[in-house]
Parts: sequence; C-alpha cells; structure tokens
Amino acid sequence: MITVSNLTHRIAGKDILHDISLQIPKGQITALIGPNGAGKSTLLSAIARLTPHQTGQIMVDELEVGTSASNTLAKRLSILPQVPEIAPRLSVAELIGFGRYPYHKGHPTKVDRQKTDEAIVLFELDELHSRPLDTLSGGQKQRALLAMTYAQDTEYMLLDEPLNNLDISTSRSLMQLLRRLAETRGRTVVIVLHDINYACSYADRIVTMKDGRIGRCGAPAKIVDAGMLQHVFSTQAEVHIVNGRPLIEV
Amino acid sequence: MMYWPLCPSSNPVRSILILGFGLVVLSIASLFIGVIDLRPGDLWRDRAALELVVVSRGPRLFAILITGAALAVCGKILQMLMKNRFVEPMTVGTGQGAALGILIAAIFFPTAPLLSQMGIAAISALIASLGFIAMARRLPPTQPFLVALVGIVYGGILGAIMVFIAFQADLLQYIDIWLTGEFSGVLQGRYELLWLAALVAALSYLAADQFAIAGMGRAASINLGLNYTQVVLIGLVAISLVTAMTVVTVGMLPFVGLIVPNIVSRLYGDNLRHTLPVVAMMGAGLVLAADILGRVVRYPFEIPVGVVLGVVGAVLFIWLLYRPARYAG
Repeated sequence: MITVSNLTHRIAGKDILHDISLQIPKGQITALIGPNGAGKSTLLSAIARLTPHQTGQIMVDELEVGTSASNTLAKRLSILPQVPEIAPRLSVAELIGFGRYPYHKGHPTKVDRQKTDEAIVLFELDELHSRPLDTLSGGQKQRALLAMTYAQDTEYMLLDEPLNNLDISTSRSLMQLLRRLAETRGRTVVIVLHDINYACSYADRIVTMKDGRIGRCGAPAKIVDAGMLQHVFSTQAEVHIVNGRPLIEV
Repeated sequence: MMYWPLCPSSNPVRSILILGFGLVVLSIASLFIGVIDLRPGDLWRDRAALELVVVSRGPRLFAILITGAALAVCGKILQMLMKNRFVEPMTVGTGQGAALGILIAAIFFPTAPLLSQMGIAAISALIASLGFIAMARRLPPTQPFLVALVGIVYGGILGAIMVFIAFQADLLQYIDIWLTGEFSGVLQGRYELLWLAALVAALSYLAADQFAIAGMGRAASINLGLNYTQVVLIGLVAISLVTAMTVVTVGMLPFVGLIVPNIVSRLYGDNLRHTLPVVAMMGAGLVLAADILGRVVRYPFEIPVGVVLGVVGAVLFIWLLYRPARYAG
C-alpha cells in the first residue's frame, strides 16, 4: 500500500499540492483524474521521489520515500513520466534491458535477460526488438517504454498519462494489458488518465483531484456522476450506466 | 524486415577487429616515420635506433593513442551527461579552463611539481565545465545547436582571458603550446602523466551503464535508483582530469571528442557498454592518422596535429551534419 499523509508542495508561494492524504491499495488499478494543473503529475513525481516533498510523509509499504535508499525503492516502485526524454540511440531491447539496472548494476545476468525477453513478448515487441527507438511510431515507443517499466519488475507502477497520443486500439490493448498485470500478477498500477471513460472501464478505483486537493475517491460506479463532473471538471455531461459501469457522454 | 545496424545481438565486435588491425598498421607506420631514417631491421643491429624508439618514437606513439582514445571517450561521456551531441571538452570551456589553470599555476606556483600544477589545471577545468553547465541549463532544450554555440563563445572568452593574463605576465609564447596540440615535444620522461589519463578513461568504462542511463535524463535515472547528481559530477571530474592532463602534456586537440562519438553513435547507438571500446579505438586511430599526415605532408617539416585535426575534423563534422540521418531522427 502507498500511504501519503499530509503532503504539501509549494512552488513560488503557490500550493501545488495542499495537505494531501491518500491510500493506494495493492493489486489494483488506481486512476488519477482531474483537470489540467490539478497536481496529478506533481503527486506522482513526489511518490516516485522525482520531486523531493517538502512537508508530509510518503510510505511505499514499509519504505519511506526520501529516506529509503533510492536503489531499494527502484526495485519496489517504477514511474513512467509524461514526456520521457529518451535522447540516446538505443534499440528497443537495449532500452528494456536498462529497466533491469536496479538489479544488475551494469552486469546483466541470465535472469535479467530472461526478464527482458519476457517484457518483449508480453508487450508484443518481438518484431521490433532490434529497432532503434527513434524509428518507432508514437504508440510503439510508448509500448517500449512501458515494457521497460514492466521489466523493472516493481510491485508498484506509476504511469503518467501513458495513453497520450495513442489511437483507440493501442490504448485499449494497453489498458487490457495493465488489467491483466493487476489481476494475474498482483501489480499495483497508479495511472493518470485524461479520458474518464478509460478510467471508468479499466480502473478499480478513481481518485479525483482539483487545485492540489484530493476530491472524491472510490470505485467508478460509486463516484462518477454528473455532480462529480460538475465539481471536478466544471462541465455538464450526462452519465449513463452501461454494463454496470458509468459512461460519460462527450 | 529491414536491416538495422543498431542491434543488441551484434556487438560491434567486427568493427573492433577492423579498427584494431588498422591501429596496429598505423602504429607500426608511426614508429618508422620521422626525420631520422629508421627501418625495422635497424632495431636489431643498431643501438641508437632502439634508443630512438624508446626515447622518442615509442613515447610519441603511446601519447597519441592515449590522447585520442581518452578524448573521444570523454567527448562521448560529456555528450551523454549534457544530452547534447554537439559538445566536447574542447568546445565547452573544459580545455580552455585547463589551459587557464596551468597558466595560473605557472605564474603563481612556478616551482610546484608537475603533478600539483596538473591538479590546479584539473580543478580549473572542472570549474569551467560546471560554469558551462550552469549556463547551458538555462538554454531551451529544443535547440541543441545553441548549447554548442554558447560553448564556443564561452571557450573563446576563457581563451581571451588567458591571453590577457599571459600578455600581462609576459608568457604569451607558452600558451601556444597548450592551445595547439602537437606531439613533437613528447619524449620519454615528459609524457608519463598521460598514463594517468588512460587510467581515468579506462575506469570510466566501469560506469558505462550509469553514463548511458544519465543520458536518458534525470527522471529516468532516479527511477532506476541512480544518484543522478553524483553520476554527473563523477563524469565531469573524469572529463576534467583527462582534459587537463592532455592539455598540459600535448595541448588542445579539437574535434576528436566530437566527431568520433557521433560516428560511433550513428553506427552502433548509445549503449555505452558496447560502444565505448569502439569510441576509444576510433579516437586513437583518428589522432594517429592525423599525426602521421601532419608528419608526411611537408616532410621533413611537421604540421601540428591540432592543425590537421582542425581541418580534417571540420570537414568531417560538416559531412556529419549534412549527411541524411540513417534514422528518422
């Protein structure tokens, strides 16, 4: 379980995150939703120690973020930032191999190669494995980056808007894959999503954010309604229930 | 499927073999090219010939190989740390910083041992590099050429400060030695510092993965449990040490750290664990070839290798820039 208590983050006198307390359960997909500038990415960066937090406490199971060794955390929790700046010329397999760095520290073993191959197969990158990253399409690159995050073999995966720039078929197969990871391998996925319908269809739990504060949290069917949309996104949209899940009219 | 040269299963072994063979051939040629006529057979018959090799030609060869390899490796590491393909120690002020340091050492501590003077040069090189990084951070990351351009201007300013100080201290004739690299002054007993540079460059290979990850950026590095700031600092210290030792011993050599890593990156990518050996060998080969060229082009006179590299390097660099990229990037 990830436990955030009383987290506040200020940049230039402005509260980006305001006294946030939050628990993220294991083995589930938790979707973070909210308007632009709500603080979703900042929260994710704080949990992943990319942004040092100023006040409050973040615990990943028994590990405290900020005091635990970075390398220990790297085996427990991984993050895929929103705009990964992968400038080096690497092949898909090389990139995924670097996901194993926390374990091999520069000397990959047979296990590391197995895990890399497993990620390649799971993310259907077999045909692309020796292709340089800069020759891939946006969707292929995103899949390669996710495979690298997967190869890092962490219980917790934080994904910041991984569906950006992906078409519907890639988005769906990606979300289905994440579902499988949560259900069959007990992985915990925390994912920032822009499209609430994806959150409703694939997440176990939704956490809403607005102006650096946490709003309603819970199962999609429980919290997604016209009132929530009005409050969080300031938009009026009808919500239908289809197969027991909310569907928002766009 | 199309053929992609960048492939993890095809370690650049073939390239290493070809480069190795070329290096051996050039090295032998280098030993027997010079004003004093020397033939392979003489080594057995003539004590003076053997002495020539031990005292002058051998040290020169080692100095060339080490300098070329170490500078190319440093250029690659700097490019990874700065996430910019158009920087190298000699264009971001590291080389000028080292030269400035050795000048200051020569003025204020003229009697200090060479190693201490070198230390001052290395520290000054490190400060100059950090200064450049502080400036480059404020530049838009979308404009890689701007970083290179600012580096050239920055190096120019440091160079001008050096000329001013040297002029005031009446040491102008010295700075030419540091600013234009050449190997004709290399003799036994006057180049051994370079072995230290070779050691530093070789040790940096141990951190090949760390430098490759640092090249992916701060977020990716921290995610993988890497102490990003520490890796950047270690890299900069290594680069400053190697650059200082090179500048103090043979002077500044332009373009090696720029051209070689770019060619290797195009051919084999940036997985440093596989490519750093190729970078080192190609760097050694380029400087060796340039030195031999400088020795034969106006035989029996010599053109400093720094000048040859300036010309050859500039042409190669323009070719690199204008050549259509092999990848879509």
